[in-house]
Amino acid sequence: MAINIYTRRSAANILAMLLGGIATVIGLVFLAWILWVTLKNGFSALNLNLFTKITAYGSDGGLANAIVGSVGMDLLALLICAPIGVMAGTYLAEYATRSKLGATIRFLNDILLSAPSIVLGLFVYVIIVVPMSNMTNGAVSFSGLAGSIALALIGLPVIVRTTDEMLQLVPGTLREAALSLGIPQWKLTVQVLIRAATSGILTGVLLALARLAGETAPLLFTAFGNNFMTYSPLAKTASLPVAIYQYTNDPSPAMHAIAWAGALLITLFVLTLSLLTRLFFARKKVSYE
Amino acid sequence: MNTTADHIIKSYDKELERLRDEIVRMGELAVAQLEAAIDVVERRDERAAQRVVDNDDAIDAMEHEISHGVVRLLALRSPLASDLRAVFSALRVASDIERIGDYAANVAKRSIPLSMVAPVAPAHGLKHLSQLAANAVRKVLTAYRNDDAESAHQVWRDDVHVDEAYNALFRELLTYMMEDPRSISSCTHLLFMAKNIERIGDHATNIAENVWFVVKGEPLQAPREKASDPDAAPRD
Amino acid sequence: MNDLAAPAQAQPVTATGVRTKIEVRNLDFYYNRFHALKSISMDIPERKVTAIIGPSGCGKSTLLRVFNRIYAMYPKLRAEGSVALDGENVLDPGYSMNRLRTKVGMVFQKPVPFPMTIYENVAYGIRHHERLKRRQMDERVEEALHQAALWDEVKDKLKQSALGLSGGQQQRLCIARGIALRPEVLLLDEPTSALDPIATSRIEQLVEELKKTYTIVIVTHNMQQAARVSDYTAFMYMGELIEFGNAEKIFTKPDKKQTEDYITGRFG
Repeated sequence: MAINIYTRRSAANILAMLLGGIATVIGLVFLAWILWVTLKNGFSALNLNLFTKITAYGSDGGLANAIVGSVGMDLLALLICAPIGVMAGTYLAEYATRSKLGATIRFLNDILLSAPSIVLGLFVYVIIVVPMSNMTNGAVSFSGLAGSIALALIGLPVIVRTTDEMLQLVPGTLREAALSLGIPQWKLTVQVLIRAATSGILTGVLLALARLAGETAPLLFTAFGNNFMTYSPLAKTASLPVAIYQYTNDPSPAMHAIAWAGALLITLFVLTLSLLTRLFFARKKVSYE
Repeated sequence: MNTTADHIIKSYDKELERLRDEIVRMGELAVAQLEAAIDVVERRDERAAQRVVDNDDAIDAMEHEISHGVVRLLALRSPLASDLRAVFSALRVASDIERIGDYAANVAKRSIPLSMVAPVAPAHGLKHLSQLAANAVRKVLTAYRNDDAESAHQVWRDDVHVDEAYNALFRELLTYMMEDPRSISSCTHLLFMAKNIERIGDHATNIAENVWFVVKGEPLQAPREKASDPDAAPRD
Repeated sequence: MNDLAAPAQAQPVTATGVRTKIEVRNLDFYYNRFHALKSISMDIPERKVTAIIGPSGCGKSTLLRVFNRIYAMYPKLRAEGSVALDGENVLDPGYSMNRLRTKVGMVFQKPVPFPMTIYENVAYGIRHHERLKRRQMDERVEEALHQAALWDEVKDKLKQSALGLSGGQQQRLCIARGIALRPEVLLLDEPTSALDPIATSRIEQLVEELKKTYTIVIVTHNMQQAARVSDYTAFMYMGELIEFGNAEKIFTKPDKKQTEDYITGRFG
C-alpha cells in the first residue's frame, strides 16, 4: 500500500517535471532562435559603414543618423522621465503610502504602464506635434523632442513603479531610527531612504531605458524619421527601431541586411543594459532581510 | 499550588508534580524510620535496629535523586516566581528530611547498646516525645503536599510542645542519673536519643517554614514563644 | 487595577531615594479607535534599567513609542495624559521634537544601520543637531563607539559600510548612534530579539554599563532577559499596567496573579 502511494507520487513528480521541462525548452528554443537569427544576420551585415554613413539606397547606406537620433532621443527621454519618476515614486512611497490619493495614482500609473505605446505616440502627436506645427506654420512639426517626450511617457511608469516599490522595501524601522534621532522627514527621505534604495531605483531607470530603446510605435507619429543626419531636437529625427521598420519594408536585400544590423545593435544594447542591471543589483544589494 | 492554572508546557507541570511526590514519599519513609526506631528501642530488637540503620541509605539515595531533579528543573525550565520558590524549597525540604532520616537511624543505632543493659524507666518518656515529633513531621508533609501554609504554621507553633517534652525528659533523665549512678550509661544514650528526636522536631519546623515560603513568598517570621529554660537542655 | 499600579506601586521606587526621570500619569493611547493604553501611570527611575514585559499586543512597545513621540509619524494615533520628562510634559505640542529626540534615544528590534559608513552612521545624527569641527566629530564618534563597546572591533574600518557588520555589531552600532547625541534616556525595543545568545549577552552587558549614565527603558519578550538586566520591571496586559516594582520582587513574588501566571508560563 505504502509503496503504491510513493510510486504514484514519484510518477506524478516525473510527469510534472517532464511537462515543465518541455514548456521551458519550447520557450527557450524560440528565444535562442530569435537571438541566433538576429546575431547571424546582424553580424554578417555589420560593417563600418553602418556607423559612418547615413541612410541611402542600396548597400551604400548606413545607420549613423538613426544611431545618433536614437541615442539622443533615449537620453533626452531618460532625462525627462527619470527625475519625475523618482520623485513621483518617492512621493507615493513616503508621503502617500496609505492615502486614497496614493492608491489612485498607483492605479493610474499601472494603467500607463500597460498602455499600448502607439496610444502614447498618438497622444504626444496631438498635444505636441500638432500644436507646434500650428504655432510655427509647419516649420516645426515632427521632432526629436516630441519623440523623446513620447518615450519618456513609456519610461515614466516603470520608474515610478520601481522607485515606489524599492522604497517600500526599505524597512520601516529605518525611518523610525532616523526620526528617533530627530532627523526630519525630507532629510530622511533624501539622505537615508533613497540611498538605501539606490541600487533598486537605478535598476528601474536602466530597465526603463531598455524598454524605451526598443520602442517603434510612439516614434512613428512624433519623431517620424529622417534620412539625413540631424542634431536639432526640433527636427524630424531618425531612430534605430523606425529605421529597421522602414528598411524591412523595402524590397532590396541590401536594405534588409542593414535592418538586421540595426536589430543586432538594439539587441546588444538592451542585452548589455540587462546585464548591467543584474550586475548592479547583485553587487550593491542592501541586506535588510 | 497557589496558582490554579496549569503551565502552557504540560511536561513542566508533570515534572514539578513528580518532584513534590518524591519529597512526600521520602518524608513518609523518614517518618516510618522514626517510628521503627522507637519501636526497636521498646522491643530491644538488635537485628531490627540494624535494619533501620541500613534503611537510611534509601533516604540518602532519594535525596540525591531529588537534588538532581531540582538542578535539572533549574537548568532546563528556568522556573520563576512561585515555581522558583517551589523548586528551591524542594531542595531544602529534601535536605531536612534527609537529616530527619539520619536522626532516626541514630536513634536506632543507640538502641543497640541500650538493649544490652537493663531497661530504665524514662524510656516511655522518649516514646511520647517521638510521637510528638513524628506527628509534626507527618502533619508538615501533608501541609507541604497541599500547599497549606496555615497548617504548616500550626506545626511551626506546636514545636514548642516538642521542646517542652524534651526538656521534661531531660530533667527526668538528669534526676534519674543522680538517683542511680548505675543508670548513667543507659540514660546518656537516652539523652542523646531524646536530643535527636528534638532535632527532628526542629527540622519539621524548617519544613513548615519552607511551606510558608512556597505559598506566601516571604519568610515565616512571627515571634514564636520558646520554651526557654536556661538550665534546661542545651539547644545546639 | 490602575490605581494600584500607579503611585502606590511606584512608591518603593521613590522610597529608595531614586529620582524619577519619567513620570507617566493617566496615559491613554488610541490607534484609531482601538484603546491601546489604558490610563497608565508609572514613575521611571533615573539611571536604572526599567523593563516592560507582557504578551504580544499588551501595549509595551506602544508605551515606549509614546516616550519619544515616535508614534507621531503615523496618522490617526493619539495620546492623552502626560509623560513628564524631568517634570516637563513631552506630549505637550509645545515640547520641541528636536529637543525630545536629543534627550531620548531609541534602539529597535532589528538592527537598522543607515546605508552609510560606520563613521557616518554615528556622525549623521550629531550633524543634524550640532555643528562640530572635524576633530571634535572624530572624538564624539569614538566616544560613542567606545561606550557601545564597539570601538575595538570597528576602529580599523570606520570608512567601510555599516551593512557589512554582523547583526550584533550592527545593533551595538545602533546603540552608539543613539548615545552619540548624548541623550538622557535610552529606549530599547526588544533589542536582542534578532540576535544570537552571545551577541545578546554583549548587549546585556552593555546595558549594565550604560545605566551608569542613562535612564534605560527596555521592552523585551524574553523574561529571563528582563530578570537579568532590569532593576524595575513592569508587567502589562491588554493595555493596562498590571504591576510595577522591583525586578527581584516581580520575579520571585509578584503581587498580582496575572503577573505570576505570565511569569511562570501559565498564561491563556
